[in-house]
Amino acid sequence: MKRLFLSIAAATALSVTGCMMFMKAPKDLDYSRTRLSSRGVYRGSFEPVGDSIRVGRLHSWRLHLETVDGVPVDTATIVVDGGMPQHGHGLPTKPRVTKQLGNGEHIVDGMKFNMGGWWVVKFRVASALGPDSVTFNLKL
Amino acid sequence: MPSVRKLWAALPITTFVAATVAFTAAATGERWSGAERAMLATLTLSSLPPLAADPSNRWADDSAAASLGRALFFDTRLSANGKVSCGSCHLPDREFQDGVPLASGVGTTSRRTMPVAGTAHGAWFFWDGRSDSQWSQALGPLESPVEHGGDRTQYAHIVAAYYRAPYERVFGALPTLAGLPDRAGPVPDSARRAVWERIPAARQEDISRVYANIGKAIAAFERRVEHAPTRFDLYVAVELASRAHTTESAFTKDEEAGLRLFIGKANCVNCHNGARLTDEHFHNTGVPASTRVAELDSGRSTGVRQAVSGEFNCLSKYSDARPEQCAELQFAVTEGEELVRAYKTPSLRGVADRAPYMHAGQLATLTDVIRHYDQAPAAPAGHSELRRLKLSERERVQIEAFLRTLSASPRVKE
Repeated sequence: MKRLFLSIAAATALSVTGCMMFMKAPKDLDYSRTRLSSRGVYRGSFEPVGDSIRVGRLHSWRLHLETVDGVPVDTATIVVDGGMPQHGHGLPTKPRVTKQLGNGEHIVDGMKFNMGGWWVVKFRVASALGPDSVTFNLKL
Repeated sequence: MPSVRKLWAALPITTFVAATVAFTAAATGERWSGAERAMLATLTLSSLPPLAADPSNRWADDSAAASLGRALFFDTRLSANGKVSCGSCHLPDREFQDGVPLASGVGTTSRRTMPVAGTAHGAWFFWDGRSDSQWSQALGPLESPVEHGGDRTQYAHIVAAYYRAPYERVFGALPTLAGLPDRAGPVPDSARRAVWERIPAARQEDISRVYANIGKAIAAFERRVEHAPTRFDLYVAVELASRAHTTESAFTKDEEAGLRLFIGKANCVNCHNGARLTDEHFHNTGVPASTRVAELDSGRSTGVRQAVSGEFNCLSKYSDARPEQCAELQFAVTEGEELVRAYKTPSLRGVADRAPYMHAGQLATLTDVIRHYDQAPAAPAGHSELRRLKLSERERVQIEAFLRTLSASPRVKE
């Protein structure tokens, strides 16, 4: 009970007086561009199309999806979500998969990040293998 | 052995060299870390990329269109009472704004006049981003009953009477206006709207195209209104070049501390980033409701719907863009709590000369604005993204001192 009280007090203090706008991102974040989905159904990797990710620039990603055994996932419904966990806002755009190229490759258009800092991009994937989500961390 | 005279002669030079070296060391002496220097480099005007083409306006960079646009921008005939031009609120000698909380045309609006310089670099226009191009933005006030108060047939007649040659040189032949009513358009005024609705659709479209071209010409002019370098830009240029500061480039201790807070503890740079010191996006920062405006303004949540359904948006028949060139519109966030009372981040260039502040001039001074961001009050609707900063009074003064280094009158590219 005391621990719960302390946690609530700490959380309240953080939200009321702390400046989340300049909190540093957690130290143990995994920024790798290849990650397993949260339930371990898929392995996803991405790379920006063209040059590197630049703040404020609308651009596209190439998302590769496969099973954990390395079988490409072509037929899937993919929903893109994300935002800045420490700022309480989502992505400034609503990106979506516009092309499925085969061999597990999916083009995601409409990607944009309007400020520097820690961003999260989550792909919610639904295929015959079941629903799961692949989450990437970015430091811009 | 050198003579005493030679030693005396050499002394001032030696002293000067030693002083310069000391000053240079202080200047470059790691006043800013590598990461801070990289951040500062992104904020200077020299890092502003060249203006991207506007595919929705094929005359955006046409000098004849800009010349016509400049004339239209300052022409008060383009109004219901013959007294209001774009330039009535967008005053060139006041950063293309008017310095009052709510803009006044033939009536009073519910928003603050926005400056023009550099806005062509953004994707959205107006405080709520209800236009997705500079040319469609220019058309909004012309038909607003409280701004110019005019209508499409009136404007077409004015173009035919006073601008036929320059218009036709840029856009081609005007449609025939014979028999066209003097005053008609899809405006709130029911009488003029009724007259408009009796005009055959094909003719309406001809007139609307003339109207769109008025916007495209004005936008061609507005694209040429640019930011000028400020003392801040000079300061950063000297810092990054590791040169000694001159009296022109040097910052006071407060200005320098304010800049450090701006990119650090106060993290203004989250939203005020890039060379224009804006992320060109929309945020709810808990700005109080205006006491001068009766209805609560919902900001981007309404603005984005207007942009998506806009008669003159990038996907419209009046746009010169292919659909795939309208990505900002096609990938816009159109719903969600975070759009409520979210407003466009303004550029901070010239901010000290542009009181009052916020979308309806709710805050009178820069001091008030900094206090607002420090205190982070709850939003009157939606959720503020701010958290309290807990700045000292001294720190607030320092941020203000820094913001005052961002002044420079905009310039119009010839």
